[in-house]
Amino acid sequence: MQQRVVNDFSIQVATVNGSGSQTANLVILRSIFQMGIPVSGKNMFPSNIAGLPTWYTVRANKDGFVARKKEVDFLVAMNVETAKEDVMSLEPGRAVLYDEPLKLNELRSDLSFYPVPFDKLVATVCTDAKLRRLVKNMIYDGVLSHLLDIEMTEMEKALRKQFGKKVKAADLNMGALKAGADYATQHLTKTDPFHVERMDKTTGMILIEGNSAGALGAMFAGVTVCAWYPITPSSSLPEALIGYMKKYRADPATGKATYAIIQAEDEIASIGMVLGASWAGARAMTSTSGPGVSLMSEFAGLAYYAEIPGVVFDIQRVGPSTGLPTRTAQGDILSTAMLSHGDTKQILLIPSSVEECFEMAQDAFDLAERFQQLVFVMSDLDLGMNMWMSAPFTYPDRVYDRGKVLDAAKVKELGGEWGRYRDVDGDGIPYRTLPGTGMPSYFTRGSGHNARGQYSERPDDYQNNVDRLARKFETAKSHVPAPVVEDAATEVGIIGYGTSHWAIVECRAQLEQEAGLATAYLRLRAFPFPPEVDAFISRYKRIYVVEQNRDAQMKMLLRLELPAGATNHVRSVLHYNGLPIDARSLADDILVQEGRKAAETVKAATAGRATVTTAAREGE
Amino acid sequence: MEPKKNRIGLEITPYRGGKTTLCAGCGHNAISERIIDAFFEMGIQPRDVLKLSGIGCSSKTPAYFLGEAHGFNSVHGRMPSVGTGALLANRKMIAIGISGDGDTGAIGIGQFVHLMRRNVPIVYIIEDNGCYGLTKGQFSPTADVGSTQKNGQPNDLPPIDTCMMAVQLGASFVARSFSGDKRQLLAILKAAIAHRGTAMIDVLSPCVTFNDHEGSTKSYAYVKEHDEPSGEVNFVPFFEDITVDYDAGTTTAVTMHDGSRLYLKKVAEDYKPTDKLAAMRLMHETHSRGEFATGVLYIESDKDDLLTQMNLVDTPLAFLPPESLRPGKGVLEAVMEEHR
Repeated sequence: MQQRVVNDFSIQVATVNGSGSQTANLVILRSIFQMGIPVSGKNMFPSNIAGLPTWYTVRANKDGFVARKKEVDFLVAMNVETAKEDVMSLEPGRAVLYDEPLKLNELRSDLSFYPVPFDKLVATVCTDAKLRRLVKNMIYDGVLSHLLDIEMTEMEKALRKQFGKKVKAADLNMGALKAGADYATQHLTKTDPFHVERMDKTTGMILIEGNSAGALGAMFAGVTVCAWYPITPSSSLPEALIGYMKKYRADPATGKATYAIIQAEDEIASIGMVLGASWAGARAMTSTSGPGVSLMSEFAGLAYYAEIPGVVFDIQRVGPSTGLPTRTAQGDILSTAMLSHGDTKQILLIPSSVEECFEMAQDAFDLAERFQQLVFVMSDLDLGMNMWMSAPFTYPDRVYDRGKVLDAAKVKELGGEWGRYRDVDGDGIPYRTLPGTGMPSYFTRGSGHNARGQYSERPDDYQNNVDRLARKFETAKSHVPAPVVEDAATEVGIIGYGTSHWAIVECRAQLEQEAGLATAYLRLRAFPFPPEVDAFISRYKRIYVVEQNRDAQMKMLLRLELPAGATNHVRSVLHYNGLPIDARSLADDILVQEGRKAAETVKAATAGRATVTTAAREGE
Repeated sequence: MEPKKNRIGLEITPYRGGKTTLCAGCGHNAISERIIDAFFEMGIQPRDVLKLSGIGCSSKTPAYFLGEAHGFNSVHGRMPSVGTGALLANRKMIAIGISGDGDTGAIGIGQFVHLMRRNVPIVYIIEDNGCYGLTKGQFSPTADVGSTQKNGQPNDLPPIDTCMMAVQLGASFVARSFSGDKRQLLAILKAAIAHRGTAMIDVLSPCVTFNDHEGSTKSYAYVKEHDEPSGEVNFVPFFEDITVDYDAGTTTAVTMHDGSRLYLKKVAEDYKPTDKLAAMRLMHETHSRGEFATGVLYIESDKDDLLTQMNLVDTPLAFLPPESLRPGKGVLEAVMEEHR
């Protein structure tokens, strides 16, 4: 028997899209979480309704590392199509739970194999042949509970939570869960090293998807109008919003709503509705992904130039074009930062966690109204559609910043002299009036206008106006969320943003432990870049910008925004295969660029760490 | 002599706008004049009005009427979405959207379709001259087959009949008029303002610079000759005596949601403006004769508009106080508990 590996492994369930395995997978995730062990779940699914292969990975990690782990420790092979390939890709010493007739044990001799006769077992617990396909999945949960020591009481609790009020379905699935566990107890002998042991690292914590967190944040931020158009991976955000708003923002007796959510005919209409609503004084938002952002480009220019607020959640996916619609990337950074023709600059907020999805939703509405322009919340599929554990969210008690909206008192204060685009306070931000308040009106237009809001094609009027817009953007630097900085006595700094954060945290630990390389870290949270960014870059000799796109988009943006030469020592670590970024690849890349050897050769120094195996790249 | 005031005590000045920059004699200017008259005579506070438009000659016109109303000149063809959003934010406002035949029939046809479908409460006017004026006279999708451009080039494609589309799509008020017919256009505009729902008005408005020549079916001369009124339109607002004597045999009275009445004196005995099929037949028949049926072609005065369907609170969403927007701490705690 090998050395026990406790609370540090990944389970990968390979199934067929549409086979209803999601419930069974979430039950594993939740039951380990309930046992106090940090977990993360990542769904790698195809752009397809049913039939193509899909993988769900649960990672348990006692140290709290929740990024994707590249290596699979425990494979549940339920998909005939990929079973052979999946088994062949495993490292020696790993485990495979499989459907007995597939005879996967014949493929290799260096793995632990656990055959289970799924069809026979499911027939004994489910009389309805039509339901068997779904119930079958719960059998592997039962087997895993036995093999990995996941407590049955926690499995049952997780299962009941998953099914909610559907007691009959829950009972049926419980039968399958028990059948799996019983079969394993009677027929399977454990030969792999992986075990779950109760810890206390998740007490009080929650499991939530980024899109639900964003929706919740938007509700508490006081959103009143949401116009959206379905697109993966963003649809679950407005769908969650509909659920929350129906429950908490409508009068239970009359159904009268303090919000309007409308499914528009396309992304152009949805951003148009957002602009109309914001112009008339509502807190308005939409949610989309890259292709939708592209369609919104023309309106984004209008919003920038005519100075209309609005919030856009961009749940990024792999592009260009349709790309990989169900895979993750950070590929919209550059195009969104300058979305539209002419000289435009958009405000971007970049959440790394579900907690930040919640909080930045509120920042977004405040900043949009303060700066009278669009604010893009740059989430991604990994954050938006996967389950993340988190501390519970903090109740937002800050006062809504509705920005510079004129009322009668303010008009008087300004001496009755009001011009829609006048820079009264020297911060580049003008005052606006809202229709229906009795305040002076103005004519909003995307064509040239002077400080009074009148049509103008005068060169000086145009230039003064766009210079003021640049001044406004400068002001925004001190209002957007500041980066999170961790300095260190080292020459090497890492810059990351969004979901890369989790891999970076783990990668830094690997660099420190395996190679004695200390790193400083700056996590960007917004564009425009606050002054801390420039200062951080100048403090370290070598800077690595980690991002999930091919063209080093954030690095390009840093080059464009910072003084000439300031970024000469900035390098890139890029990951762009559609799968969530992992720490191992990152650490190896940095080591190689640092002129050191990658992990494969330092393996000896880290013997016993199940997370360290090889420097081989995905797909190689 | 003291200047004339309307029922809310305003003179005509706040109903006027900036000086027009369109060509002298442009039909669009005549429409702006009728809009000014209609809002003045209805006694509507200009500050309660939203003026919306897309891009094009027509879309410039909101700058030329109701100077005290908030206006939004958006992007080409996408005014319907902007208007929809604005009304969701503030259901108390009266919205008037000005579009053109290119703005509506070409780039904006998608949004036009869905505006009608949703029955958004907006007075949607198409200033229809069958050509693109601002880009110097190209055909628009409402140009008739055989109609020629100024340079003689004929149009081969069939026109889109925006009124027919609107009826089919669910607009609850569909009318066609002619910028030169002051009396009819004014009555239609007033009825449209009183209507709750999409009031779609296609106004034939000849382009004096690019499309007012022989060979155009949207020239002044052609439209004047081929205007086929479906009857006489009269509108009596709710604040006026409504016991007017109309010939019962040939007149239909439609009560609007606010109690105003629209009287339609019919030419054809069997024409019912509340009958979709009749409206479609009339449009087909007149069009096949090369004529334009004008008047209120279709009306459904009691159909729910979008804002009613959405069951919004009475206070405009834009002005709800923070306490009605942010649920209490207990709600967040409850949601957090669900995720534990």
